[in-house]
Amino acid sequence: MPRSWAELLGEADAPSEAEEEGGRFFSRLRDSLSKSRRALTGELAAAAAFDPGNEADWERLEEALIAGDVGVQATAELVRRLEARGELPDLNAALADEVTQLFGEPPVLDVAHEPAVILVVGVNGTGKTTTIGKLAARLAEHGRSVVVAAADTYRAAAEEQLEIWAQRAGADFVGSERGGDPAAVAYDAVEAAAARGRDVVVVDTAGRLHTQTNLMEELTKVRRVLAGRLEGAPHETLLVVDATTGQNGLQQARLFGEAVGVTGVVLTKLDGSAKGGVAIPIAYELGLPVKLVGVGEALEDLQPFDPRDYARALVAG
Amino acid sequence: MFDALTEKLQSALGDLRGRGVLDDEAISRAMREIRLALLEADVNFGVVKDFVAHVRERALGEDVRKSLTPGQQVVKIVHEELTELLGSSDSRLAFSQRPPTTILLAGLQGSGKTTAAGKLALLLEKEGRKPALVAADLQRPAAIDQLVQLGEQVGVPVYAEERSDPVKAVHDGIEQAKAEGRDVVILDTAGRLHVDEELMDELAAVRREAKPTNVLLVLDAMTGQEAVNVAQAFQERIDFDGVVLTKLDGDARGGAALSVRAVTGRPIKLASNGEKLDAIDWFHPDRMASRILGMGDVLTLIERAEAAIEEDEKEELERRMMKGEFSFDDFLSSYKMIRRMGPLQGVLKMIPGLGNQLEGLDQVDENQLKRVEAVILSMTPHERRVPHVIDASRRKRIAAGSGTTVEHVNQLIEARKQMAKMMKAVGSGKMPQIPGAGVPGAALPTQGPPRPSATRKSKSKRKRKARR
Repeated sequence: MPRSWAELLGEADAPSEAEEEGGRFFSRLRDSLSKSRRALTGELAAAAAFDPGNEADWERLEEALIAGDVGVQATAELVRRLEARGELPDLNAALADEVTQLFGEPPVLDVAHEPAVILVVGVNGTGKTTTIGKLAARLAEHGRSVVVAAADTYRAAAEEQLEIWAQRAGADFVGSERGGDPAAVAYDAVEAAAARGRDVVVVDTAGRLHTQTNLMEELTKVRRVLAGRLEGAPHETLLVVDATTGQNGLQQARLFGEAVGVTGVVLTKLDGSAKGGVAIPIAYELGLPVKLVGVGEALEDLQPFDPRDYARALVAG
Repeated sequence: MFDALTEKLQSALGDLRGRGVLDDEAISRAMREIRLALLEADVNFGVVKDFVAHVRERALGEDVRKSLTPGQQVVKIVHEELTELLGSSDSRLAFSQRPPTTILLAGLQGSGKTTAAGKLALLLEKEGRKPALVAADLQRPAAIDQLVQLGEQVGVPVYAEERSDPVKAVHDGIEQAKAEGRDVVILDTAGRLHVDEELMDELAAVRREAKPTNVLLVLDAMTGQEAVNVAQAFQERIDFDGVVLTKLDGDARGGAALSVRAVTGRPIKLASNGEKLDAIDWFHPDRMASRILGMGDVLTLIERAEAAIEEDEKEELERRMMKGEFSFDDFLSSYKMIRRMGPLQGVLKMIPGLGNQLEGLDQVDENQLKRVEAVILSMTPHERRVPHVIDASRRKRIAAGSGTTVEHVNQLIEARKQMAKMMKAVGSGKMPQIPGAGVPGAALPTQGPPRPSATRKSKSKRKRKARR
């Protein structure tokens, strides 16, 4: 059963909504997966063909995982856990189990505050602004009013870009002039939300490499200002990670985590051929869950993370 | 100066010195480490397999050199092979006989095409050309705005119209550039997935229309295993000439570069390493090889050092350095060595760990180095060999003879002491924190008080420097 938005938002909602969402989700994912072509792992899709006694079969599994950017260490760990199971009548199911366990409890997006504040961070080009547009739209669908804050005051036309998404999603927009103080924009947005009685504030930040200490400090400041203005804020800090990213994704998660305390990962561009395997070492070594996945450039292309579907795609064709 | 990979290899290889040849078993152990290092660097696993097999062939039977440990030697071979693989004679852009020269930029979403377009425009303008930018990304919200703003920053015209057909946008843009006498046109396209048939068709159509002189794939340095599939798909559809590797200012090892080169044969032409518009450079394969191996540019230093001085001279120097015996003669010869190595800042940054520590210190200045040389040359041979005899009166004389001040001399003497200490620590395997510059040939420390002379002298002659 794929996760629904209702479940992600912690709503005790009717299963009918979940089913409806599930249907839409499946067709979306199926479309995405059909775009991929994976010759190597196609062999593994025939789960019955996997023989735990055959060294070559294990090797191919390892290669499939490494090819998915799971990384050497996490691959070894997964293989260890699979081996420990002994019999493997259905490899896909077993892998899905292990991956699900690795990711831990199904996460929740914490929007139960007045207002709830979501800070969105990540390196350049991962899809933060697009994700925010999609998220705002989804929240609106679930009865939340949203303010988006254009705290990317650095990049050319970043504000204009977010403003277009805000319009598409029907969200309020708060920005400032280019080169302004991102922390000030974040602050203003929370003020505006409080004044207007909006439910959620989503703060967009400039892409930055985790190796740029001054920019990471700037981000820490944004967080501090949010916390100062509203106790407990930001309630969620989402790190947006591109699914094509290799092992550097782990380092990104580590350093962003140290700087601002990440509560969850958004894995984007999963509609490509990349599997986003780096989410596994991120979960395994840092205990960070994936909360959302991006599967396209359209407004509706954002889904709650489902570890079973993710695991299946990892070794499927 | 040893690094993690070399150390790992060293422990894998054990002590082969005296055995003469790198044997099969030792090589296998080493290749396992190399494979690991390359996978961790995101080199595609298929490419790793091929590469390791190739290196293995070369390493087998190679003589164990006296001056390098077996671990270093294997790394050297790997590094050479990597550099060769990554290198290419045609890493320059092609320029058309009949202007304008067109450059088409393509790639996945978020790879950095638009920023690269702006940087290219600036780079070419500095080279005396008349570039123009054409906005053919009509998909991303505010993409045209972004390019227009970049064009303004760079001072280059941008041809853009709100429309829906990128093929038409490219056609009109090139026509306009011609009409306005621009000789290079840079075409920015929308990011697209290599598995999106429709959008790849569109890109192929854009390429047909533009008939570009150069087609560049813009690739994020942190791309993982998929780099291979991305590159192959783009090559199939638009046959790119080269790659712009972006976001190299991060700490991604950049194995994707090797993957792309290995499967498409196309070279990396440009390296983009920052968000500022001047942060782009022509690609250096040897530096990339070191980066992929995770070793800073240590190997480049080893190689350059080997070329700069005699084998035994180097060994002797190394031996004394490790024991903390570092006289001003050594200072001078290593300084000359450093001079031969290349521009100083570049060299200093290459030393792993040191590069970071030097940030914030004043920029190393060639003039200051000349001053250093002058001071040392004003010393007697005895003073250079046995620095601790240099008392206050000698310092005065040295200052006068070199046309500098006693303060300069004091600082240099202190610097040598620090360097000797540092080298001793390096020899024992620890790299200490350096409060001021402590590297051969570096600028005199500009912070910290020069300490009173260690030698005994009458109180009247002793000078006290005020503590800052």
